Amino acid sequence: MSTGMPPAGTGVPAEPQPRRTQLGPLAQVVEVLDSLPGGGLILTTVESALNWGRASSLWPLTFGLACCAIEMMAAFASRFDLDRIGVIPRATPRQADLMIVAGRCSIKMAPIVRRLWEQMPEPRYVISMGSCATCGGPFFYDNYSILKGVDQVVPVDVYVPGCPPRPEALIEGILKLQERIKKEPFLRRQALAALDGRAGAR
Amino acid sequence: MPLRTEELLLNMGPQHPSTHGVLRLVVTLDGENITDVRPDIGYLHSSVEKMMEHRTYVQNVALTDRGMDYLIALNNEAAYCLAVEALAGVEVPERGRYLRVIFQELNRIASHLVWLGTWGIDLGATTLFLWCFRERERVLDLFEQVTGGRLHHVYFRIGGVYADVPDGWAGACRDFLEYFLPHIDEYHQLLTQNPIFEARTRGVGVIGRREAVAMGASGPVARASGIAYDVRKAVPYEVYDRLGFDVPVQASGDCFARYLVRLEEMRQSVRIIRQALKDLPAGEFRARVPVAMKPPRGEVYVRTESPRGTLGMYVVSDGGESPYRVKIRAPSFSNLYALTEIMRGWKIADIIAILGSIDIVLSDVDR
Repeated sequence: MSTGMPPAGTGVPAEPQPRRTQLGPLAQVVEVLDSLPGGGLILTTVESALNWGRASSLWPLTFGLACCAIEMMAAFASRFDLDRIGVIPRATPRQADLMIVAGRCSIKMAPIVRRLWEQMPEPRYVISMGSCATCGGPFFYDNYSILKGVDQVVPVDVYVPGCPPRPEALIEGILKLQERIKKEPFLRRQALAALDGRAGAR
Repeated sequence: MPLRTEELLLNMGPQHPSTHGVLRLVVTLDGENITDVRPDIGYLHSSVEKMMEHRTYVQNVALTDRGMDYLIALNNEAAYCLAVEALAGVEVPERGRYLRVIFQELNRIASHLVWLGTWGIDLGATTLFLWCFRERERVLDLFEQVTGGRLHHVYFRIGGVYADVPDGWAGACRDFLEYFLPHIDEYHQLLTQNPIFEARTRGVGVIGRREAVAMGASGPVARASGIAYDVRKAVPYEVYDRLGFDVPVQASGDCFARYLVRLEEMRQSVRIIRQALKDLPAGEFRARVPVAMKPPRGEVYVRTESPRGTLGMYVVSDGGESPYRVKIRAPSFSNLYALTEIMRGWKIADIIAILGSIDIVLSDVDR
């Protein structure tokens, strides 16, 4: 019986193929600006405005694995209210740009985490929430089923320690990610990637 | 010409906002009707039973928090501690037993609040989520003052509890109960008369008394089908035999009945905590137990009433420092078994309502 899913145990899929990018015109603009005297300043200003917008509307995927997901829900709920820093959960990876891996990830679940990450549009970020997602945590020793850190399947940007981390800790992690996004040479990297014909910036 | 229909296989999960964890349902559909549901579990298997064989009896308390149902850490700890105490013949002091009852019932309230809030989101009542988590934070504050943790406490010890409650905590707990009771009425106002909510839940997902027993359903799922069985009444543990409370039972066996049972259970929990706070004796709260305890050879099976149903703990000792085998009878697992029976014949849109009303936690199913 076909269920539309690959059989378990096929391992982690390969890196995604470079996709055809629509940044061609943008890349040319960046090239022209870079050649002008003072053009870099314009580029940087535009970039910081764009980055401010990106950092202030991080949309995470509602994707809870274990206990940390309950603290993540608490962070979204009344007392902590993540909406006020622009973090609004989305139920589908196509609309999300942040994945909060909340909880232990089993070996059976690992290919699915990887696929969800691949389904998210670029640029995408990953927060590893809690000890289990970071390194296996309390399930590190004498255990046959838990992945020792979700960074074995997806690249992680921010690690939030704790078992489980308090909602304040998750908010701190998101703020750290926002700081990082604001400093990113996003436009230039995208343009360079487009010129090189490679996949865009992660 | 007769209309030809084909069976459709629908894959729901493991990432789905309404499966409450990483459950995958393989649903066979005939048009809109569900002909079969096959739950695919194991996405959160944490091999906790095996891990317990490698740790000492005292260390294992911390594992019951995380490896089992994470919403009811204190109830898990209680089941494990009761089992080991029965095995080793440890007598828990009175104060420790009363404190355990108070904390288990508080955790029952917190767990039911998470269930109600997330089920509310599934059915489109987002307000409910915010309301329930508002009250839940107050419960977690009470936990934090005593145990230091919000979710994972490691508060119960073999032979009692880790620490006594601080001064003024009992008053804070009473204040919370005063604050909380009117909010249960608020949930009733929001939902019980709500025509949309009624249309989604009343008469939906019916499981009869006989099927519930045959499928091994327990807890609120069984009580909503007319089975007046509660381990706290049937085989009282801790000090439940001294506290007065009712076991809410509904006869209709649908989602609405399960909702009513759980709301009433929260009210009964408030009643139990009030009595326990009033009767709380002074004195020791923990019996002296060696850190490297070695229970005699033997086996024991202990049943407790967790918010999801009958939580059983089977511990075998070979006389060593760590258990030879620990088997957990998880209520979510048995209730998930009943799911296939409940869902067959209903429409695809009812999957969410039925799944939410069973209140499974995948960590408890997979262990």
